[in-house]
Amino acid sequence: MEPVRAIEGRAIPFGLKNVDTDLIIPARWLKTISREGLGAGAFEAVRAEPGNIFDDPRFAGAPILIAGDNFGCGSSREHAAWALADMGVRAVIAPSFSDIFSGNAFKNGILTVALPQDAVDRLLAVAQTDPVSIDLESQSVTTPFQDRFSFPIDPFRKDCLLRGLDEIGLTLARDAAISTYERRLDAAQPWLVRGTALSA
Amino acid sequence: MASKPRTLYEKIWDAHVVERREDGTCLIFVDRHLVHEVTSPQAFEGLRMAGRPVRRPELTLATPDHNLPTTARIDAAGQRLPIADGQSAQQLSALEQNVAEFGIRYFNATARQQGIVHVVGPEQGFSLPGTTIVCGDSHTAAHGGMGALAFGIGTSEVEHVLATQTLLLQPSRTMEIRVDGELGPGVTSKDLILHIIGVIGTAGGTGHVIEYRGEVFERMSVESRLTVCNMSIEGGARSGLVAPDETTFAYLKGRPFAPQGAEWDAAVAYWRTLHTDPGATFDKSVVIDAGTVEPTVTWGTSPEDTAPITGFVPAPESFADPSKQDAARKSLAYMGLEPGQKLAGLPVENVFIGSCTNSRIEDLRAAAAVLKGRHRAANVKWAIVVPGSGLVKEQAEAEGLDRIFTDAGLEWREPGCSACLGMNPDKVPAGERCASTSNRNFVGRQGPGSRTHLVSPAMAAAAAVTGRLVDVRELV
Repeated sequence: MEPVRAIEGRAIPFGLKNVDTDLIIPARWLKTISREGLGAGAFEAVRAEPGNIFDDPRFAGAPILIAGDNFGCGSSREHAAWALADMGVRAVIAPSFSDIFSGNAFKNGILTVALPQDAVDRLLAVAQTDPVSIDLESQSVTTPFQDRFSFPIDPFRKDCLLRGLDEIGLTLARDAAISTYERRLDAAQPWLVRGTALSA
Repeated sequence: MASKPRTLYEKIWDAHVVERREDGTCLIFVDRHLVHEVTSPQAFEGLRMAGRPVRRPELTLATPDHNLPTTARIDAAGQRLPIADGQSAQQLSALEQNVAEFGIRYFNATARQQGIVHVVGPEQGFSLPGTTIVCGDSHTAAHGGMGALAFGIGTSEVEHVLATQTLLLQPSRTMEIRVDGELGPGVTSKDLILHIIGVIGTAGGTGHVIEYRGEVFERMSVESRLTVCNMSIEGGARSGLVAPDETTFAYLKGRPFAPQGAEWDAAVAYWRTLHTDPGATFDKSVVIDAGTVEPTVTWGTSPEDTAPITGFVPAPESFADPSKQDAARKSLAYMGLEPGQKLAGLPVENVFIGSCTNSRIEDLRAAAAVLKGRHRAANVKWAIVVPGSGLVKEQAEAEGLDRIFTDAGLEWREPGCSACLGMNPDKVPAGERCASTSNRNFVGRQGPGSRTHLVSPAMAAAAAVTGRLVDVRELV
């Protein structure tokens, strides 16, 4: 994964709350066996409306999306994160995120920035005309108008993003600990393995 | 020294910690992993690219469900029929190649055991109390009805589980939803969970694991518990669970992957320790009186937009939160509804009975009880019943339920996710209403422009025979 440090540019002031992952990418786009090209289906239902914000030339290629509460709720489809990435979105700012979506976003190097509603409202206003900057190291969002908002982030995720770490590689390095656990589990609950043993 | 009282969630979590990092992130062991065709191809491809094997193939079970058509799969000569949609066929064949290459147990598209992963897991005894269960599908929460810690994951996590049999996670906060008293006649587990989501909202459980407690859940069948836990994600909680008890053990005994013989007794002895200790505390607590719950329907485009069938479409101004007012206005425009309209009597053109929420035998019996001796209303153009698995289908046919459905003018289909998510050909046309036993009423979920009203199986059956949303208590 590419390291993530700073994200700066225009921000799409979408603002809608409870944006579900069906809205981000409808199921018919999930027939693919690839991670690529899903931007074409992103927000399809919204884009069907003339004058929608996603097709507004001011926000073409904008790296930031600003939305309402509970962004990414619903389906666990990682295609939602892939679709946003394919659109060029590298960070989403919202008052809150669904747990599964924020994990999926993180694994694709998309930063989820949770800020209080009043800060989000201010950024929605600024984004109409001006760019927004996000700095991961200092965990802050700034605007050309001296606004500065701090956001929380899990320290493990922050470290992974800053260093562009591969989570699977990290866990594979803990192989000995996993093996120890497996032996303990087999002794304590032998039925867990017996029931599912595959015939040779 | 007496240990600190713990919740059920904390007991299962603690038992699965492989390692705790300094920053609080834990490496959690995964006991059971379910795989389907839609969220797995990129994970297997990732393994292939990195040259990584599957660490514990025997702990993963795969079956196709999301994308598979629900029309006939074999012809009269027993030959497998091709899938018309090229992309869907390619996705299915990718799964078949992946399970063969990585040595994973697979119930293929025509196997009796094939079905919706969340129906198959409990039915096979693959989902056991006290286990951690994951799947690349948010409705994995369903398996919490077995007393398991079960949650949906993304495809990168699917790859992580395949490679390491673990996940890196932060512990969740705990939430108790207590329902005491008794559900009234005609009020089901589906009505209760819709009512609960209406109370807590779609973000009410975010960051939390819900434990459903109280008399109502203690008396519930396992299948009803699965329905309740299934929709925990619609309340924002990645997992929901019910403590395992004698009902759970009786359900599991003798199932193919359940423990046997002396190990059964050892397992049950362990499972009996899986309950929240007296004195354990929850971060959040919600109490609901079962007697206040009525047959419940959704009116909007979020599962929190619920109302009793005896109620009315709300006015957007009735919500305190301005953003909710705005969302309600958009929902009503999309749904073609006016504030103050009575919910009972709304005409529906489509009926869907199925999905991981409501496609088990108990659900089909409830629908059949209403449909028996009645017929689909003239304005209902499309009504399908999709069993959750091949085994549910066999059981229903053995009981004659399929005849009740077809005699009533409903179609009896092959198992799969079907019209719940509008991925395979089973879709609701734009601008038309569907009384649906599924779990999501999002914009476009059942097809572009589709208008979904979430209901129980009995209420869906009532809609099929009257051609409108109706209080099922008037029909029984």
